Amino acid sequence: MHWYILKRLAIVPLMLFLFSVIAFALIQAPPGDFLTSYIAELAQGGSSLDQAQIDALRRQYGLDRPIYEQYFLWVGSLLKGDLGISLEWRRSNAELIGERLLLTLALTTGSLIFTWLVAIPIGIVSATRQYSAVDYLFTVLNYVGLATPNFMLALVLMWVAFDRFGVSVTGLFSPEYAQAPWSWARFADLMSHIWLPMIVLGVAGTAQIARVVRANLLDELGKPYAEMARAKGLPEWKLVLKYPTRVAIAPVVSTLGWYFPQLLSGGLVVSVVMSLPTVGPLLLRALVGQDMYLAGTIILIFCVLTVIGTLVSDILLAVLDPRIRMDAA
Amino acid sequence: MSERERGGEPVLSVRDLKTHFRLDEGVVRAVDGVSFDLYPGEVVGIVGESGCGKSITMKSILRLVQPPGRIVGGEIRYRRPEPVGEARRRYKPFEADLARLPPQGRRMRQVRGGDIALIPQEPMATFSPLHTIGEQIVEAIRLHEPMPKARAREVAIAKLREVGMPSPEQRFSAYSWQLSGGLRQRAIIAMALACNPSVLIADEPTTAIDVTTQAQVLELLKRLQADHGSSILFITHDLGVIAQVADHVVVMYLGKVMEQGPVSDIFHRPRHPYTRALLKSMPSLHSEPRVALPTVAGSIPHPLHRPRGCAFHPRCPDFMPGRCDVRVPALSAAGGRSPVACFLHHDEVEGGGHDA
Amino acid sequence: MQPGSELVPVEKTDRVPDGAGESAEVVAAGPAVYVAPAWKLTWWRFRKHKLAVACLWVFAVVALIALAPEFFATQDPNATAASNAYIPPQTVRVLHEGRVTWPFVYGVRGERNQRTLRMEWALDEETRYPLRLFARGYPYRLFGLIPTDRHLLGFEGATGRDTPRLLGTDRLGRDQWSRLMYGTRISLSIGLVAVALSTVLGIVLGGVSGYFGGWVDNVIQRLIELLQALPPIPIWLALSASLPRTWPVTWVYFAITVILALLGWTRLAREVRGRFLSLREEDFVTAARLVGASRSRVIFSHMVPSFTSHIIAAVTLAIPLMILNETFLSFLGLGLRPPAISWGVMLQEAQNLQSVVNAPWLLIPGLLVIVTVLALNILGDGLRDAADPYSS
Repeated sequence: MHWYILKRLAIVPLMLFLFSVIAFALIQAPPGDFLTSYIAELAQGGSSLDQAQIDALRRQYGLDRPIYEQYFLWVGSLLKGDLGISLEWRRSNAELIGERLLLTLALTTGSLIFTWLVAIPIGIVSATRQYSAVDYLFTVLNYVGLATPNFMLALVLMWVAFDRFGVSVTGLFSPEYAQAPWSWARFADLMSHIWLPMIVLGVAGTAQIARVVRANLLDELGKPYAEMARAKGLPEWKLVLKYPTRVAIAPVVSTLGWYFPQLLSGGLVVSVVMSLPTVGPLLLRALVGQDMYLAGTIILIFCVLTVIGTLVSDILLAVLDPRIRMDAA
Repeated sequence: MSERERGGEPVLSVRDLKTHFRLDEGVVRAVDGVSFDLYPGEVVGIVGESGCGKSITMKSILRLVQPPGRIVGGEIRYRRPEPVGEARRRYKPFEADLARLPPQGRRMRQVRGGDIALIPQEPMATFSPLHTIGEQIVEAIRLHEPMPKARAREVAIAKLREVGMPSPEQRFSAYSWQLSGGLRQRAIIAMALACNPSVLIADEPTTAIDVTTQAQVLELLKRLQADHGSSILFITHDLGVIAQVADHVVVMYLGKVMEQGPVSDIFHRPRHPYTRALLKSMPSLHSEPRVALPTVAGSIPHPLHRPRGCAFHPRCPDFMPGRCDVRVPALSAAGGRSPVACFLHHDEVEGGGHDA
Repeated sequence: MQPGSELVPVEKTDRVPDGAGESAEVVAAGPAVYVAPAWKLTWWRFRKHKLAVACLWVFAVVALIALAPEFFATQDPNATAASNAYIPPQTVRVLHEGRVTWPFVYGVRGERNQRTLRMEWALDEETRYPLRLFARGYPYRLFGLIPTDRHLLGFEGATGRDTPRLLGTDRLGRDQWSRLMYGTRISLSIGLVAVALSTVLGIVLGGVSGYFGGWVDNVIQRLIELLQALPPIPIWLALSASLPRTWPVTWVYFAITVILALLGWTRLAREVRGRFLSLREEDFVTAARLVGASRSRVIFSHMVPSFTSHIIAAVTLAIPLMILNETFLSFLGLGLRPPAISWGVMLQEAQNLQSVVNAPWLLIPGLLVIVTVLALNILGDGLRDAADPYSS
């Protein structure tokens, strides 16, 4: 078990290195040197940076040096905890990202938990009552859930809430708490707002994961060990919950590897539509405004979160499936 | 003298059992009027080619047939035999027609594993890969005899020792995929024996393991049976195995019993042409070297296209046109010692009456 | 069905489905043995799945629109008229003054609300425009070749600006129905082209990975894992944000397909590799090798036929994902840019609550996205089930 986790941990630095290269490549992707184009853009808008600021930026990002040096400079300052400053906002990136990151995490993990809590029971019911009305109903819901872009769902829900009930369900805080320091009241306010985006974000994933559970469980239920458990005299529901479900849930845990990035992606879109103060809209604005260092930093943060997610799923998988932890030992 | 010869009461008595599968394409009569008895302390072997309905018979007895399969007729009478000696104090009499019990009901679940245990075909996948074999044996024990976990663990280890598992304390917390095929089969037998069942159903328990291990497992089964006085229903397509373990043999073909009788009769005085053909296709030390082994001519008919009359007639060397392809011979002991379903030996027709 | 291990499974191939008799070849003298190529068996199984067949039809209609959107449009999709902004859909009616008549639409009359300064549109029951099929309208070239001015739908007595707007108009007074028709072409084709690109990448890399195994396989698998661990939308956004603003629409279009395919091939590659690996172990492949079939024969006449249907199914399932992805990108303003019209570009008009509350019909393109994606998903699942010879 410890060996297995150590082995997984050993891959992490490599992944992080590759991701940082990708993020840096994305920063460099727009044609031209970002500072020059930025100054040009500012000039168009009638404002400008003074020469001292420009020089400071040039030095900070080493724009006059070769590209690999620029990379190491960037990574070096990231490792020192310096996320740089945003040209557009004229504030430090760390300050901009700070609370938004926390809210992003809250939204994403909340959505993840919602997905599992809903998808796994649906999958089990669908598999054990195969071809029943319930199974068909869930199948239909699954297809519709998969086909509906989450921003559509968000827009429709917002519209209905506004049109029927006259409430605006955007944002994560009521106005009086938006800028307030953290307190229990603010937390409660967050909870009263976050559930809707959480569900909106989780619907498509719930559909997918319920299908994974259903398919796996159907497979497992046909296996000899399930029949053997029946022959032992185990009641059917106990049998389903104890043996095949545990085997069928293992692949669900490993879906975390791709589901987590998908949630971060989807969270971006939902946040834009529902005006949620998460990292997503910030990234979008940074990209539109070509504030590439801010954008690159956010993308790298997303990648780091994914690496953590994968690691967690690997460890959970080893806890659930002895074959994996023994194999690695 | 065996219980059967003494005229005692059978522990399991199957009468005219019919299990059919209703498919879109038609009805498959997987088991179609099977009758046999299993007496305390004996081994009954059910033989037949694949598709003859022997596994469905087994599943019907345990009420494990899944839709679209359904028991449509017949009786599976089980009578819990009275144990001898010390265990007698805890004996609770029980008798029921299993075919009438709700398959998921409490009583049927008690019978499964508690009274009638299964030793399945594939030792590879019989244990859940995510639980230790010990956990699974303990579960079986506690399902039928409520006891603290620690106590159940002792019982389980004792069972593992009894089936000849080396260092059972360690194997208790092993996963099935860490064991060799033979050891895995022993672990399964230990689990089947966990609740001292009076009937063991062994469904081709030796097909998936190599010949040396096979012999050991058969030895083990015979020894355990002698020790516990339990009965075994042994299902196989391998006549060699039957000759080694069975006291009484039931020969099945396409869901019907063709012939049954004591093992010596079946092997030395087979009466049904199908039994004879099966015996001929068995390799033996006396068969000519480099001569192709005879096989039963033709192939098993499609389950949806059951031949009219005697199901075996298209492959039968003694086929009598106008008789065998018109009416179904009854399983009858007329004209001999053991019952056979063939017009060569009698003219009784299924459902009563005589063939003209 | 869960037959016992002994019950011989009922071979579906034993029975020839209706109408297939003439194409099946009787091999043996036996009464019930037929052979048919794998794709034909797949097709027969597919035809049994009624819902999937219905979805095939839905997809056919969408594809037809994508082929000739001009024919289905009623107006020039890019013609703007600020004075016609936010006209609600003019529905086709058959009841006029309580009597059933030939299908028609009512005209609309706009009036500016003096207080809110918003245009408010009311039905003008005086003016009726009867619906005409194959009517004359604005001139165009069918398939870019044949000059014509015939359109599927037309309205008698209405020309140019007055042409009824079946699905309303947007902020700039453009006709949504016509835009939707044109958007279908781009949205569907971007899905197809991006999937085609990722299929090529996926089959080549997946095939290489599965066939050679060893370190090649290892490298490709790690690359796939790396790409799958990236959150796709941010990466796509960053890539398309770096496209020069000055690029013409067609360049952006192709750049977007490439960007989508860049992360999209991994799933297909996994599928191909998985198939390859499992097929390599199959007895019939070993058997073919043992009787001395050449390597290319083993691959092309034994392995490829048994996985083409799977690939087709996987590809079908990849298209809706691509369509959704394009919708996301354009919706967020970093995909296709106007004047290009796609479903996502259209939905961008409905990006905030305010627009949706004022003009809910702006969400209609989203419905088309849902219908198309739904149809393709069901179709793909139907194909996948049909491609599996052991499915029941």
